Amino acid sequence: MEHILSWITFIPLIGMTAIICLPKQSVGLIKRVSLVATGIPLILATWLYFQFDPQSVAGGGFAFEEHIPWIKGISANYSVGVDGISLPLIWLTCILLFLGVPASFGIKKSEKAYYALLLLLEVGILGVFISLDYFLFYVFWEIMLLPMYFLIGIWGGPRREYAAIKFFLYTLAGSVLMLIAIISLRLGTGTFSIPEMVNMAQAGLVVGPEFIGLDYSTWVFWFLFVGFAIKIPVFPFHTWLPDAHVQAPTPISVILAGILLKLGGYGLMRGCFPIMPVAFQENAYALGILGVISIVYGSFVALGQTDFKRMVAYSSVSHMGYVLLGTGALTVWGTDGAAMQMFAHGTSSAAMFMVVGVIYDRAHHRDLNGFGGLCQPMPIYWGLTTICFFAALGLPTMSGFIAEALTLLGAFQAGDPRFQVLVLISVIGIVITAAFLLWAIQRVFFGSLNEKYKDYPDMTPREIFCMAPLLFLCLLFGVFPHILLDVMEPSVQHLVTLLSVGK
Amino acid sequence: MDLTFHPESDFKLLLAVPLIPLCGYLLQIFFGRFLPRKGDWLLTGGMFATMCITLYMFAKAMNHAYSGGGHGGHDEHEALIGFFHESRHTGFKWSWLFQTGEAPDSVRNLTIGLLYDGLGAAMLAVVGVVSFFVHLFSMGYMQGDRRYHIFFANISLFTVAMLGLVLSDNIVFLFIFWEIMGLMSYLLIGHLAQDPTSHRINHAARACKKAFLTTRVGDVCLFIGFMMFFLHYETFFFSELWAQVNADVALNGWQSWHTTAGLFLFGGTVGKSAQFPLHIWLPDAMEGPTPVSAMIHAATMVAAGVFLLGRLYPVLSPEVLGVVTVTGATTAIFAATIGMTVFDIKGVLAYSTISQLGFMVAAIGCGGVGLVAGLWHMVTHAFFKACLFLSAGSVIHGCHHEQDMRKMGGLRKKMPITFACMLICTLAISGVPLFSGFYSKDKIVMASFLSLGHEFNGPALWASIALPAAAAITAFYMFRLIFMTFFGAPRDSHVHEHAHESPWPMTVSLMGLAFLGIFGGHLWLNGDLLGAHGTWWEKLVMNEHNLADLSKMYGGVELQNTYGGAAMDPHGHVAHSAHIWALGVSSFVAALGIFAAWLIYHKKKIDPARITARLGGLYTTVANKYYIDEFVEITVIKSSVVTARFLRWFDENIIDGCVLLVGRINRTLGFIAAWFDKTFVDGLVNFLGTLSNAMGSALRLLQTGRIQQYISFAVAGGLLAAAWLILS
Repeated sequence: MEHILSWITFIPLIGMTAIICLPKQSVGLIKRVSLVATGIPLILATWLYFQFDPQSVAGGGFAFEEHIPWIKGISANYSVGVDGISLPLIWLTCILLFLGVPASFGIKKSEKAYYALLLLLEVGILGVFISLDYFLFYVFWEIMLLPMYFLIGIWGGPRREYAAIKFFLYTLAGSVLMLIAIISLRLGTGTFSIPEMVNMAQAGLVVGPEFIGLDYSTWVFWFLFVGFAIKIPVFPFHTWLPDAHVQAPTPISVILAGILLKLGGYGLMRGCFPIMPVAFQENAYALGILGVISIVYGSFVALGQTDFKRMVAYSSVSHMGYVLLGTGALTVWGTDGAAMQMFAHGTSSAAMFMVVGVIYDRAHHRDLNGFGGLCQPMPIYWGLTTICFFAALGLPTMSGFIAEALTLLGAFQAGDPRFQVLVLISVIGIVITAAFLLWAIQRVFFGSLNEKYKDYPDMTPREIFCMAPLLFLCLLFGVFPHILLDVMEPSVQHLVTLLSVGK
Repeated sequence: MDLTFHPESDFKLLLAVPLIPLCGYLLQIFFGRFLPRKGDWLLTGGMFATMCITLYMFAKAMNHAYSGGGHGGHDEHEALIGFFHESRHTGFKWSWLFQTGEAPDSVRNLTIGLLYDGLGAAMLAVVGVVSFFVHLFSMGYMQGDRRYHIFFANISLFTVAMLGLVLSDNIVFLFIFWEIMGLMSYLLIGHLAQDPTSHRINHAARACKKAFLTTRVGDVCLFIGFMMFFLHYETFFFSELWAQVNADVALNGWQSWHTTAGLFLFGGTVGKSAQFPLHIWLPDAMEGPTPVSAMIHAATMVAAGVFLLGRLYPVLSPEVLGVVTVTGATTAIFAATIGMTVFDIKGVLAYSTISQLGFMVAAIGCGGVGLVAGLWHMVTHAFFKACLFLSAGSVIHGCHHEQDMRKMGGLRKKMPITFACMLICTLAISGVPLFSGFYSKDKIVMASFLSLGHEFNGPALWASIALPAAAAITAFYMFRLIFMTFFGAPRDSHVHEHAHESPWPMTVSLMGLAFLGIFGGHLWLNGDLLGAHGTWWEKLVMNEHNLADLSKMYGGVELQNTYGGAAMDPHGHVAHSAHIWALGVSSFVAALGIFAAWLIYHKKKIDPARITARLGGLYTTVANKYYIDEFVEITVIKSSVVTARFLRWFDENIIDGCVLLVGRINRTLGFIAAWFDKTFVDGLVNFLGTLSNAMGSALRLLQTGRIQQYISFAVAGGLLAAAWLILS
């Protein structure tokens, strides 16, 4: 298993090639190929996850590394590797993409192109997570953008083109800022290698020219930050999200919320904060504030929604705020919580979008006020939704609780006492989150049943197969959090050491 | 039977206590509907086993307490404090957050263990017993329910959480189980929200949401509270918190943050134990099936807030205790007054529960004797209030789901067992001597008198006035309930004719709990029948009768929050006279309340309508629950929804508007550029094109294709060149 990371990343590409070669009519075969092409990476990633020795990267460094010279002229290399922060996310990617395939079986429009793009998307996402070279990172980052644009723009809802273009332009704007920062980093440090940049940052060697009146570290930090923050998304860069979600087909929403948002958080932890640790420390409180605004604001806006999917989309804004709050606090617990929140939200929000998809497939609308009493014809649906919603509102025994509790505890212990105020404000978000989720349950499932919905079939085995594993993971990591935390912990600790340089 | 402690094997038994119903739950949720009788026997049987274990462990604890603790004492710590086990210290431990590398040993990890002390022993037994009887009762009461097997599964999982909460040795696990109970409470209150045949379907849907959200406000406060304590002492374990806080305070005195953090912790109790002003969820929670009300909203879950205060008493500063006293006393009298005006049989019991919880909380705030008495009231109340609710359930069941007391009456003959059980427990809750409630309530009143002390003490004064008054009102409304339901002529002949006694699972449960309603108080009574020399309870939690020294309850920690009567010697003169006073006052108020109820509702000497008419607006205010629901509706709920709607508008128009504006500006710039491009850039190109075109046309004139002309051009050119060369 020498090149296991490359295998995991590029097997979907082989699958994509196979699909392109298949005739358009053999839909069944295309689906089977997609299942295999996402299933093998999942098996490999699971194997990798339990094979990985977290202590081996305790003092920095990466596991399963591969280094191959690529573009010599600009010293860009194909170098990949994983640590405790990226590995869980790789696993999550493989899980969600694999579940995304059966979740897509309802799509009846040019399947061949759809599954090919889906597999290309997986290549892009996995590539970002394994890249240790900023050039490679950026290439994968852009590769991922393209299939997403088409998946929303072709298979989306009525306003799909608007949503797709908004998504694309917004993300591209972020990418441009990122690209400028990456080029200036390359010029300043003479390398594209992220670990080398981090090492130089520790020694204070990442220096460069002023730009628009800001000193080097500040502007590079903010350019990178905005680039990633758009992806998370952090208030006020979040408005592409609800539109993209509402228009995207269910499996794409699942992947969008489950993984694409994590790329932003991951990017900050890998490619922004450790390279600019001093600027990070200077702005940590601002990041905390942005996180808390996202938490509270996102939950309030979600409370005000009448569209089921928009509500879930805003809950993502709220939940991803914890990632910023946790890392901004610069404590091991807080960063543990942030890393865990990425995984926990990846499972719970993905399941929530599946919940929305199930009812949308039957009712063809998403108006929260238009339902009622659905727990009577659909008891399994109601049961799974309840588990899912309680996972999202951070009930203990669910992974979301561990993540949020660690984040808040970590933020409360931050060296900067102003973070305590932020924590006190952010708990408003916890209560409001519970409020909109329970209100949604009440409006959709309780009360008297509308005659129209009387004969709705309960969830099909396929739908249960797509949703149940995610909920199982929520429970598993809520009851046995050490399965995740043990893997993350040494790398998180190292990250905090990197970020605390000079403190 | 060997009743000495063997920590290693006992921990396995204690672990089995929550695990048995947990396994039952898992079996039931997946296979329940396929089992005969939908699996109710499975869970009830499992609960019976659980109850037996808790009682066996309780017997061990009592044996230990009464034999002086000489036997199982395998370490110094234990010998000092009677029995006090934390499994972390005796071998069993489980690293929860981290298990490999260096993290497991760091302060950031959390190790799980069990804590089994006097308070826990009693509470565990209470939960086991009440839960078993509620399971048994439900086998009769829930018969014919659409989601029968789910109901049993849920109530079983609730029991798991409550048992886990009692056994937790650290506050994080207490919080986790606390939240799971919240979820189960939500699902069980909402049980009928999913039943299309229920005419309360929408009420239930609202009630369960309200219950969860209201308690969540308290839960969040609790989280903040223990977070603040963790920040300073870096521990979540009760025993370490007790020791470290008190050692710190002994050196540096109480800090202001202790008070802030303590108030946040108390917020958890206010939410879960339905204290003013977060009590609003509990009356609505009566939408749940009656066994749920008995179990969750009377005996166990709402008592968890009181249990929490018992666990955290040593870290609460005197200021916090003052707030606790005032809150409790206010809740006690406030809910009692509402209880007088309610006609729904379960509604009366709901307000009665709030009021009794107020008694417990107020007593704990008084400290010292009050702490012990308040916790004891939690135990006795669990028995008689569970029985009262189940009796009410039996009445409702017998009257075919009629809950309005105005339609009942004369049921005494139709339902003799229910009547007897309910009467016993009404006597207990009213504080009639020799019934269990008397002992604990008497001690609570005594504690409030004791804490008056020698100097002025506002909270204690308020408690000394409010608590006896609330006790009188309690006796009044409880006997009002008895007289309206069981005595007199039937008010609604239809209801009366069809009324019948309940089936055996229900009556057996009632009798079991009623038995404890009588004898729960003077089990192993010491010396006198009035309990002046202490009862089994003091013996169990204190391990001796020196009430002045609470440290025995908390692992030998020297407590610093001496507040009110905590420092008083209970055998001294002051305590003795306080006890005499309390005895007199509580007996008197009970008699007064019962007499008034008898006069109004049985003898009908006074028409209640005249009293209410005389009271006018005051009555309307009380009958409308002091308009607190309306107040909360306007201030909290409406304002949240308005904020949410505004922020949604803000998001869609301002934030997204900015984004779209940037987009529009870019598009406009694009159009301008396109126009410029077309007009000028392209114009220039076109101009150049036209120009060259024109030149081409001009030059074309020269290219005629005639040789003669070309030759003549060439000759002319040659001549011109020659002339130029010659001339220059």
